[in-house]
Amino acid sequence: MIFRLINKRELRELFDVLAENRIIGPVQKGTSHDGKALYAFEPVFDFDDLKLDYTSTARPAKRYFLPSHETLCTFSVHENGWEKTVDFNIHEPHVFFGMHACDINALDKLDKVLLESNFPTPYYAAKRKNMFIIGVECTPQPSCFCRSMGTDSAFHGFDMFLTDLGDSYFVEVQSATAFNFLKNIRTREPKEKDHARYMKVVADKNSMFTTSVDTTDLAKILDMEFQSDVWKYWGDRCLSCGTCASVCPTCYCYGVEESVDIDLKGAKKKKHLYSCNLIDFAEVAGGHNFRPESHSRLKYRYYHKHRGFMEEFEESLCVGCGRCSEACLAKITVPEVIASVRSGVKPKGKKGRHGK
Amino acid sequence: MENKLPFVDVLKDIHGYQRKADLGSFEYSHKAEITNVYPLTSNEKLYQIQIVDPDMRRRFTFQPGQFVMLEVPGVGEAPFSISSSPIRHGDIELCIRNVGNLTNFLARVERGVQVGITGPFGTSFPLKEMMGQNIFLIAGGLGIAPLRSPILSVLENRSRYANVDIIYGARQPSELLFTYQYDMWRKFDISLDIIVEKPDAQWKGPVGLSTDILRKKLAEPDGSLSNNTYAIVCGPPVMFKFVCNMLTEAGIPMQKMFVSLERRMHCGRGKCCRCNVGSTYTCLKGPVFDYWSVMNLKEAI
Repeated sequence: MIFRLINKRELRELFDVLAENRIIGPVQKGTSHDGKALYAFEPVFDFDDLKLDYTSTARPAKRYFLPSHETLCTFSVHENGWEKTVDFNIHEPHVFFGMHACDINALDKLDKVLLESNFPTPYYAAKRKNMFIIGVECTPQPSCFCRSMGTDSAFHGFDMFLTDLGDSYFVEVQSATAFNFLKNIRTREPKEKDHARYMKVVADKNSMFTTSVDTTDLAKILDMEFQSDVWKYWGDRCLSCGTCASVCPTCYCYGVEESVDIDLKGAKKKKHLYSCNLIDFAEVAGGHNFRPESHSRLKYRYYHKHRGFMEEFEESLCVGCGRCSEACLAKITVPEVIASVRSGVKPKGKKGRHGK
Repeated sequence: MENKLPFVDVLKDIHGYQRKADLGSFEYSHKAEITNVYPLTSNEKLYQIQIVDPDMRRRFTFQPGQFVMLEVPGVGEAPFSISSSPIRHGDIELCIRNVGNLTNFLARVERGVQVGITGPFGTSFPLKEMMGQNIFLIAGGLGIAPLRSPILSVLENRSRYANVDIIYGARQPSELLFTYQYDMWRKFDISLDIIVEKPDAQWKGPVGLSTDILRKKLAEPDGSLSNNTYAIVCGPPVMFKFVCNMLTEAGIPMQKMFVSLERRMHCGRGKCCRCNVGSTYTCLKGPVFDYWSVMNLKEAI
């Protein structure tokens, strides 16, 4: 990898160079009831709106490459049949300015199943191939456990990655496109002392994690504890609302629905992201539900993330971003669930939804 | 210097729609015509479906046990096991019960309607490996639909297999499928036992569960089942457990026992996750699994 150093003031120049393209980045959307800034990935038109020191976004940037609703194809229907028109719903490249390592790792994981396996999905591929990604080093938040998942730093899947060294940015340059863009602004070769500063920043970051998950042999432990009572406890607390999946940067499951246009001359096939926690996720025509209980669906979610994906790709599907922990209405967190499954001990002090 | 990023058109790299790795194959469906609809019972019909393009029809090949996604624009898309012989290529037959949105719509259509067919998808019964061996085919209810393809394939290659035993159980005689073919199957030297749970006035056959017949069959000493017999099982989830346990006790190795699982599917291509059993995609690693794999899948049956 090639490393460069840029003065902080130069970043505005880089933004302006990139501004010929559509830029998506973290912006502040409001303030929470306890006074914390709330951030979201939105189109950015002014460098001053770009908040590179953002904590975390409530939702991932998923909607730009796995939108919650998407038209897969349209049909024109006539007397003797129909014609299908397919559109992958992307017509220009997007610059993602300021993604954290967890979200970049999430994309790499999605690539494995949506791009690099059989039947690659062109809707994702088209959007993914049109992403220019600038990563930025983050500050660990209370619910972050990416370090446990091995996703606290990104090795690939981005174009350049910025680390704030105070007066300047340490830049990892991953692509030729990024290198060419950097020619537009003043950069310099990092010196030995810059390397040391970079290492210091990373070490400081690593010391700031407050949440961790023991992933040792987790796939095996999940198999062993399939019948554990602990699942029932969490299932009882789970509201089966699917919020965790909607804020998850790696949840990709979906449902497909077709509809006839109001003029009866056409039809649409639409995909909407789904959640394995929703009650009808595994229901077949005729009404048989393979996972009727809340705990079996919640358990399935953990199996897919931490066991199934592991079996297939030798890595977990969870990046430890902590968004589901933050968003869960029943305050269920991944570290707590995994710790309780490992130990076989239900958490004390908190009661389930039905007081059980 | 040009700072506008070039747009990458992923469709440019597509060579055809046949290869699994092609991005364009994802949303490509063969136009097909329902050439005939044959009512089998009050709830199930057999649909003969022909891929319209003659060249594509010929190039469409599948293995018994695989499924296709059938789409009716504006109504929906769902997976169906192919019930016809693989030598018929893209001139397939699907046995469909009217239970959901799409199938209730299909129950009302007449021949001549154009639908979309994608596939074939999934794994198949290893009929080549089974050559020279005895085969037990055990079906319950609608489970005969995915078994009809391997049955027909065995019929067409009868000399390559030893004893072929079909055991087919249904709730009542009026629910029996493919009744018009039983005589033909028997004439091709296939043992066919049919059993119903609730007989009607005309029923002359045995009454009970398919396991009753199987128990008797397995009691007949017929050499060692462990090295000369394969089994194929398909039916409602409760049936799998009893039948497979019985076969295991009789000595048939787990890896020589095959089941076909039913799950909800929205894509058929290992993307939507709806068909996952434990964390295995039924559409990619199944629908045909050997019993050993099923034992290793949590919550499978």
